[in-house]
Amino acid sequence: MSVTEIGTEARRGWMGLLARAPAARLAGVFDPLGATPGFEWLRTPETGGVMVRGRTGGTGAPFNMGEMTVTRCALRLETGEVGHAYVQGRDKAHAERAALVDALMQGPRAPELREAVLAPLAEAEAAARRGRAARAAATKVDFFTMVRGEG
Amino acid sequence: MYVAVKGGERAIDAAHEWLAEERRGDASVPELSLAQIREQMSLAVNRVMAEGSLYDPDLAALAIKQARGDLIEAIFLIRAYRTTLPRIGHSRAVDTGAMRCDRRISATFKDAPGGQVLGPTFDYTHRLLDFKLAAEAGTPSAREADPLAPEVPRITEFLNKDGLIQDEVRSEDTPPDMTRQPMEYPANRALRLQALTRGDEGFVLGMAYSTQRGYGRNHPFVGELRIGAVEVEMEIPELGFDICIGEVVLTECETVNQFAGSKTEPPQFTRGYGLVFGQTERKAIAMALVDRALRWEELGEENVGAPAQDEEFVLAHSDNIQATGFLEHIKLPHYVDFQSELELVRKMRKGALDAMKEAAE
Repeated sequence: MSVTEIGTEARRGWMGLLARAPAARLAGVFDPLGATPGFEWLRTPETGGVMVRGRTGGTGAPFNMGEMTVTRCALRLETGEVGHAYVQGRDKAHAERAALVDALMQGPRAPELREAVLAPLAEAEAAARRGRAARAAATKVDFFTMVRGEG
Repeated sequence: MYVAVKGGERAIDAAHEWLAEERRGDASVPELSLAQIREQMSLAVNRVMAEGSLYDPDLAALAIKQARGDLIEAIFLIRAYRTTLPRIGHSRAVDTGAMRCDRRISATFKDAPGGQVLGPTFDYTHRLLDFKLAAEAGTPSAREADPLAPEVPRITEFLNKDGLIQDEVRSEDTPPDMTRQPMEYPANRALRLQALTRGDEGFVLGMAYSTQRGYGRNHPFVGELRIGAVEVEMEIPELGFDICIGEVVLTECETVNQFAGSKTEPPQFTRGYGLVFGQTERKAIAMALVDRALRWEELGEENVGAPAQDEEFVLAHSDNIQATGFLEHIKLPHYVDFQSELELVRKMRKGALDAMKEAAE
C-alpha cells in the first residue's frame, strides 16, 4: 500500500498527533510493542527553531512572532517504508519514535499501530482538550447592564 | 569605551561558585524542580518565552531557575540559546480564529456570540493575600460544564460586515524578520508587531499607558481578548504537504478604536492588534494600544509628537536585552576610558581655576 493510497489527510492526522503528543506518553504506548524494527537514518534527529507567524489583526498580512523548538528526523525501515517526524520540543527519542510510527503506519502493521499507539494518543489528547473546554464553559458569564435609575 | 582587561580569573571563579551556592539558597529547603517552575510559575515561564522569543516551557523554566528568578536575565539566556538553534523554517500563519479558548471576553459587546468566558483570571479577585497558600493548599479542582461550541467567531468580523471597521487586508507577503536583518526605519506594521511581541512588558505597558493618559490618545476598547491553544502548521518540502508540528498557547487582543475619518476614509473604527506567546494578557493589550498609536501615518492621523507615535523611539527601546546589555556594560571595567576623562577634567579644572584667580587679581 503506497502513501498516496493511505491518503495524505490520514498521514497529516497522525503526524500532527505524534508531534503534539507528550514524549513520555508516546514512549508509554510505543515501547510495549516490543522490538523496534531495523532502520537506517536518512536524517538523524536534529533540533532547531521554527519561526511561528501570526497575521496582523488576526486575518491580515503575516508577521513573525517568535520561534518554537522542533526536532525532526527521517528514517527508512528494513522493509523499505520511509518515516518522517517533525515534533514539538527538543526530545530526539520522541522524534525517532514518531518517525518509526509514521513508517510502520505505511506497512502491514498499520492496524496494530493504529490501535495500540494512535488511538490512545488521540483519546488522551481529546480528554485533555475536553477537560479544559469544560472548565472554560463553567466560567461563561452573562453580563447584564443595569438600567440607570433602577435598583 | 570598554577596553579588555586581563586577570581576575580566580576572583571570577570564586564569584561564580558563590553565585551557585546562593542560587541554591538554604540547603535544608527542598530544591526547585523545572517541572515545579513550569507548572506553578507558569506566567513567569510565559513571559520568558514571549520576550525570549522562543516557545519552549521547559527551557524557560530552566532559564528562570538559572537566573534565580531574574526574568530579564532568564530572557537573556533564552535569547542566547535561540541563536544556537538552526532555523528549520517558518510556520503557516496561525489561525487564531480556530483557537481553543480558555478565556475569551469582549468589552464592547455584552452579548458577544460565543459568550464571555472568563477563564483562569485574576480579574474579580480581591487582591488580598491568601494565607492559605502559605500553608500547603492541597490540590484544588475547578468545576466543569458542558463544553461550548469550539469555533468562537471574531468580534471584529461583526463590525466588518457593516463596514464599520477598517478592513484587514489578507496577504501572503513574506514578512521582514528582525532576527535575520538589522532593523530599518521606517518599519512596516509586520516588523513593528514582531518587535512589540518580544518587547519588554514593562516598556510596552508604559508606552500604552502614556497613550491612555493623553500622549497620542487613540480611544481604545478591548473588542476581544482571547487566550488559548492553536495548532502550528508548517509546509514540509520533502513531503509536499503541511503538517501540524505542535501547539502553542497565545494571547490575542484586538482593540477597536475611534476614528473620525481622514481625507480618504469615512469615519469608522480602526484596529490595534496584540498577539503574544503564552497567557500574557497585560502585554497583549498593551501591544495592541501601541500598535494602534504607531499606525497614525497610514491612517492619515496627525502626529501630535507623542512618544508612542515615534516608531524609532518605541522600537529601538523596547528590547530589554539590548537595553540591559548597553546599560549594564557601564559597570564593567572602563579604567582606561576613565583615566583619560580624569586627566581631561583635571586639566580643564586647572585652567578654570587659574582664570578665576587671574580675574580676582
